[in-house]
Amino acid sequence: MRNLQRIGLGEQKANTRSILVPRRSPQTTMAATSLAALRSKIEADLRGRVASPFAYRDRNTFDLVSTGIPKMDALVGGLPRGAMTEICGAPCSGRTSFLLSALASRTKDGEVCALVDARDSFDPPTANSAEVALDKLLWVRCQNIDQALRAMDLLIQAGGFGMVAVDLSDVPTRTVRQVPLNAWFRFRRAVEDTPTILLLLEQEPNAKTCASLVVRLEAGNARWQEASPPVAQALLSTLRNEGPVPPEIAPRFSRELRGHPFARLLRGSAVRGDVMRSRIQIPEQRVVNIREGSRPKMAVPHKTDRESFETETILRSR
Amino acid sequence: MFMSFACVYIPDFLVQAVVRGQPSLGKSALAVISGTPPLWSVVAANPAAFAAGIQLGMTKAQVAQFGDVVGARDTRARSTVQICMRSESQEKAAHAALLDAAWSVSPRVEDTAPDTIVLDLEGLASLFGSNENIARELTRCVAAIGLAARIAVAANIEVAIHAARGFPGVTIIPAGQERQRLSVLPVGVLATETETLDILERWGIATLQALALLPTLQLSERLGQEGVRLSELARGTKQRALVLAQASSTFTEEMELDDAVEELEPLSFLLGRLLDQLCARLEARAFAVRAVRVRFELQPSFEKDFQTLQEDLRKKPEMKQYEKLLTLPVPMRNAKTLLKLLRLQLQGDPPSAPIQKIYMTADAAGPRVTQNGLFVPIGPDPEKLEITIARLAKLVGEGNLGCAELLDSHRPESFRMVRFNVAKEKNKRRAKSAMKSNNNSETRATVTALRVTRPPQAVRVEMNSEQPGRVYLQGIRGEVVAASGPWRGSGDWWQEDSWHQDEWDLEIEFVPVGAQHRCAPSRQNAALIDSPQLQSASGNNCERIDKKTEHSSSQRGLYRIYYDVLQQGWFLRGEYD
Repeated sequence: MRNLQRIGLGEQKANTRSILVPRRSPQTTMAATSLAALRSKIEADLRGRVASPFAYRDRNTFDLVSTGIPKMDALVGGLPRGAMTEICGAPCSGRTSFLLSALASRTKDGEVCALVDARDSFDPPTANSAEVALDKLLWVRCQNIDQALRAMDLLIQAGGFGMVAVDLSDVPTRTVRQVPLNAWFRFRRAVEDTPTILLLLEQEPNAKTCASLVVRLEAGNARWQEASPPVAQALLSTLRNEGPVPPEIAPRFSRELRGHPFARLLRGSAVRGDVMRSRIQIPEQRVVNIREGSRPKMAVPHKTDRESFETETILRSR
Repeated sequence: MFMSFACVYIPDFLVQAVVRGQPSLGKSALAVISGTPPLWSVVAANPAAFAAGIQLGMTKAQVAQFGDVVGARDTRARSTVQICMRSESQEKAAHAALLDAAWSVSPRVEDTAPDTIVLDLEGLASLFGSNENIARELTRCVAAIGLAARIAVAANIEVAIHAARGFPGVTIIPAGQERQRLSVLPVGVLATETETLDILERWGIATLQALALLPTLQLSERLGQEGVRLSELARGTKQRALVLAQASSTFTEEMELDDAVEELEPLSFLLGRLLDQLCARLEARAFAVRAVRVRFELQPSFEKDFQTLQEDLRKKPEMKQYEKLLTLPVPMRNAKTLLKLLRLQLQGDPPSAPIQKIYMTADAAGPRVTQNGLFVPIGPDPEKLEITIARLAKLVGEGNLGCAELLDSHRPESFRMVRFNVAKEKNKRRAKSAMKSNNNSETRATVTALRVTRPPQAVRVEMNSEQPGRVYLQGIRGEVVAASGPWRGSGDWWQEDSWHQDEWDLEIEFVPVGAQHRCAPSRQNAALIDSPQLQSASGNNCERIDKKTEHSSSQRGLYRIYYDVLQQGWFLRGEYD
């Protein structure tokens, strides 16, 4: 009895499948020809609203611009336009130095940039020493992440910015983690097909697959330099609230200072960067042969022998 | 070659001025009343109202009763007759708009009367073509500002004026036919005293033809020089020069409200209407807006009235004023954009009382050139950017937005926020410098950035052999690995806000929370964490604790701290990142 029921069910499924799956018939060729007509009709209907709706579009091909750090440019190709880039790392790992370098690079090319500062920690004098054109930088000083995300949304929607950088470095990771993933998707979608670089600075990556490039930075050793005797003398006399060192005792004073723990200058620090994720593909040939009508061949995701780079930052404020 | 003049005359000017301010009134019969209450009387009415039986001089009560009587016979007429107060401000604005429309066609314009202007058409043939085309262009321009005009073109100024007042639509009078064409007009079109017109009426002179036939000498004996002037006007031989009006670069629109407006939605509707009118006028003169000043007269509050009455019963309470200035980085003429910007400003700082009267003044400037260079990077659209900046200002506050401008001072944090503006001239210079700097961009080193803590956080520092040896930041202990300093800075000692600081660059290794024993956990740390500086520096307790944990997890970092000599305390300036 059960077998009969199974057989009956099988027959029913077979009949259903035969209804759903169209059989090959002479009309198939007719459908193929009408497909072209349908395609041309859709293209005609969407003319003016959607440019070439059936054209192949690779979403992993970006226009890349320099980060201002040659070693990173050599590794990842640069910062992708129309995509989200995440720079993450612990405090003092060089994220802000990277940001200033990227801003300097963009503003030097005459582009207008925006910086959404979630905790109001941007230092304009340092940015000026990093050659950031401050008159081309719109600085939005926020007090919390809510303001920062809203400001970022407004700036992306406004359009026309070469780079929109969002500094969430000082926002606690637990708070950034609470931003829903669909918000990041929305930001990625908003920045897509625009010439804007969306740069996020965080302690850890949060946008997941919405980010086209994720780089983690780590702090290396700080570079200290022995201060020259006049500088060291000036520092020590400042500390002791003394006047200038008399010239007759200056040589002896210099000998005393040699090896003194504070008779040194901070010159900068080393930074190590690891590429955690990169969806950037660089076309093999930039020039497309229009007559042949072929689309550019895509290379495999840009790979190098090493996935990390090392660079150094220089302190210019002293 | 004869000179040509065009006269633009606005029939029922009082009515049209009111209708221009409130276009919905133009569809029905409208009577405009004026006077001091309760002696209000009808001073103007549109043809529909006259057809319904309204007459000039009727009191408001009569018009109201008349409406009831009419309504008894015809319910449709009853519902359509409307009474409106005469508005001098709207008349002034309509007249200014009329002049702007005329200036858009010819630069030589005479301001003859509030409802009449005369244009010199010399040289316009090469621009517009024949006189008919010029008259058509004038009609279009006047219609664009919300007025319906009668236009007459003639070789004589006075002929053009009388033809415009007498004939509907567009009238072209060829040279030599002035007397013939004016002959059919009534003597009422002549601008003269009422007594003179009464005398002419008693003589049986009804048309200009009859007046022109009267002998000039006898007319002079009876009416004096006025009679001679009227005779010349009737014959079309009166000649005079054009008195040119001076164009102004300030455009003003006013609106007085019957009922005070309190909410933003209806107010923005009124503002939008005024902005539309302003932008139409600016467009007619090929100008754009550089700044918009909106002034509101506010309704006095009840408490204020009461106090005023207590002080002086006869003294009229003064109207409170509220003003908003909208300065634009680039000249623009888009009424929708301007309305959005005004709305955002008013949302951030609304008026304190209902609005009784609105004054809107626009400072005109030349329209901006939208054509950019081929190789100049595309920047944000100035109009869109201005709206975005206004929205951001509403979100984060006016002072927290803009671009930083460094000050010529060694004081830390010496910068100020200025309005963000993408200046064109700077772009060119920047592009040139960019070309030079791009060549050596490869060799440019990355600068160590400083992340500033605002406001500076108080820290506790233990000195060890004349240098900081141990630092306590928010209760977390950090051992100083390396130090550089002190870098002494001071200044402004001649002012009240003088500063005197010793800065140190420190490499600090923080000890993890589990591994460290807190220094004086009971009192000092608690006092430090609960200090008002920390409270203001950190958003809430949760974030503070989280940040503390993060500091504990970070092994080593570079920080800048300073000893404030004036405050006698150590503070954290920021961290090198």
